[in-house]
Amino acid sequence: MQAFEKVKALSRLASRESLYRQIVTPDVEDQISRMPKPVGSYGYDAWGYNENAAKLGLGVVKLLYEKYFRVVAHGIENIPTQGRALFIANHSGQLPMDGVLIGGAMALNPHGPRAPRAMVDRFFPTVPWLGSVMTGIGAVIGDPLNCVKMLEQDEAIIVFPEGVRGSGKLYRKRYQLQRFGNGFMHLAMQTGAPIVPVGVVGCEETMPSFANIAPLAKLLGLPYVPFGPLLPLPARVYLNFGEPICFDNTATSEEAVTERVELIKDKIRELMARGLAERKSVF
Amino acid sequence: MTDKKKTVLVTGAAGSLAKRVIARLHGRYHVIAVDFRRKVETEPDIPSYKIEIHKRGFEDVFRRHKIDAVLHIGRIFPHEHDRTRRYNANVLGSKKLFELCRKYGVAQVIVHSTYYVYGASAYNPALLDEDAPLKASEVTQDLVDSVELENLAQIYLWKAPELNITILRPCNVLGPGVRNTMSVLLMRPLVPVLVGFSPMMQCLHVDDMADALVAAFEQNKPGIYNVAPDDYVTYQTMVEQSGCRKLPVPSVPPMLPKMISSALNWGSFFPPYLVNYFKYPVIIDGRLFRQTFGWTPRRSLNDIFSYYRKHKLLPH
Repeated sequence: MQAFEKVKALSRLASRESLYRQIVTPDVEDQISRMPKPVGSYGYDAWGYNENAAKLGLGVVKLLYEKYFRVVAHGIENIPTQGRALFIANHSGQLPMDGVLIGGAMALNPHGPRAPRAMVDRFFPTVPWLGSVMTGIGAVIGDPLNCVKMLEQDEAIIVFPEGVRGSGKLYRKRYQLQRFGNGFMHLAMQTGAPIVPVGVVGCEETMPSFANIAPLAKLLGLPYVPFGPLLPLPARVYLNFGEPICFDNTATSEEAVTERVELIKDKIRELMARGLAERKSVF
Repeated sequence: MTDKKKTVLVTGAAGSLAKRVIARLHGRYHVIAVDFRRKVETEPDIPSYKIEIHKRGFEDVFRRHKIDAVLHIGRIFPHEHDRTRRYNANVLGSKKLFELCRKYGVAQVIVHSTYYVYGASAYNPALLDEDAPLKASEVTQDLVDSVELENLAQIYLWKAPELNITILRPCNVLGPGVRNTMSVLLMRPLVPVLVGFSPMMQCLHVDDMADALVAAFEQNKPGIYNVAPDDYVTYQTMVEQSGCRKLPVPSVPPMLPKMISSALNWGSFFPPYLVNYFKYPVIIDGRLFRQTFGWTPRRSLNDIFSYYRKHKLLPH
């Protein structure tokens, strides 16, 4: 109900400036200024991240993070405060709220905030406004070249190796990891970026999907259209960040790489179990 | 004492970039200026020719002077002539130029290309390397000549190593006197922007580009190089900062902005075949050139935009 009061309060505000000030609090500005994130003379980087957009984005995410999903995050001391890193997590909940909240935890980390970057589907840039907004707050299309160059420039990137297999899965398959792609492991090995495993609990319940309306999805050119709530429900979310794991470049076969991926999957399962054990109520 | 100064032929000499390059080379080298548009008047000791490089008379320039290097800057912009004429001049003309360079023992050729050759697509990753595929002709027939000129230059790069070809692919070159599409656009008080799209852009001051060309010529390290600063800005910010007002153009369905551009005859500043470049980013990685030649741009984005801001305050 706290969140509802907040929205009511926000709607009463007359000017855009004061609304902006409500969202982009001095706290938020301070977090952004502490991020080790180089930008150009107009506040942009090569992928379109923009400081002003990031401030507004973080302001909104902070409200969602603290008031709507009431996130409990453990292990945030495992988030590297400097340097390249890959955050690998389980994917769920139809809309990528899990990515938004992991990003929130990284950006709001009191030990040292990071500008979260996320790899998104290739169709986003073709959608007017949405593409620009997502780019501004740090999303980039999931191209391996983007990922390599970002890691080389010491960015912290969130990757869901399950992709749409994870986010689009039905409610009855909740908390079951789907097949992981091996791409992230190759990137980690190539760039020497440590992998931070993350277990997300609660996002499965934000948008339980009971069926995939496949014909409609095909018609709209979307990967899936869930049959379920239209907007994310305010489920409590538990994030568990594991310790960073480094992989050297010694894996010579794809099999060996898959073995390492399995290792990360086991870690994520463990972190998910921790969150599920802690959770007392879904909402 | 015999004259040890090298002789450099500069094409497109009437253009803003070539003029700056000539000014930098003058005195240290013998410069020969060539342009298809007009006979350029520069310094008294610079021979100048009005000539089309795909015509026969061009060879006389090589017969008359012992040319050591060619800076091939001249290009017919799409808004200057029709497609056939442009193809003849840009592609066939360049082929003629390469052949003449081989015949007359020219030891170095610098080719001024463009970042447009990479093509604007929603799937482009940022910071494209020099070996990224050239997809511009996928987007439009009107950029075929740019891509073909590149392909041609690349063929000569291995076929005729004695030419020491250096291909430079700069981002948007802007500044005083520049007449390319983007510069013509920013000169205008009212500028079209696609609703909901504002791709990242890179810009280079024409003086920095002239420095880059001279560095490439003097250091002679053949190859293909992107030329761009490590600074970025969105198209719409660039438009605002240049003192332009924005004219929103509907972007959906994708054919619509192209139709509007053709119908309103915006060919010189917002042509239908470049619409995608105002929609999707083409961000190139300029590290290789910066490191190889020890060059960094000395003018900031704001220096570039302030020229367009001030230009609008002048009485016309």
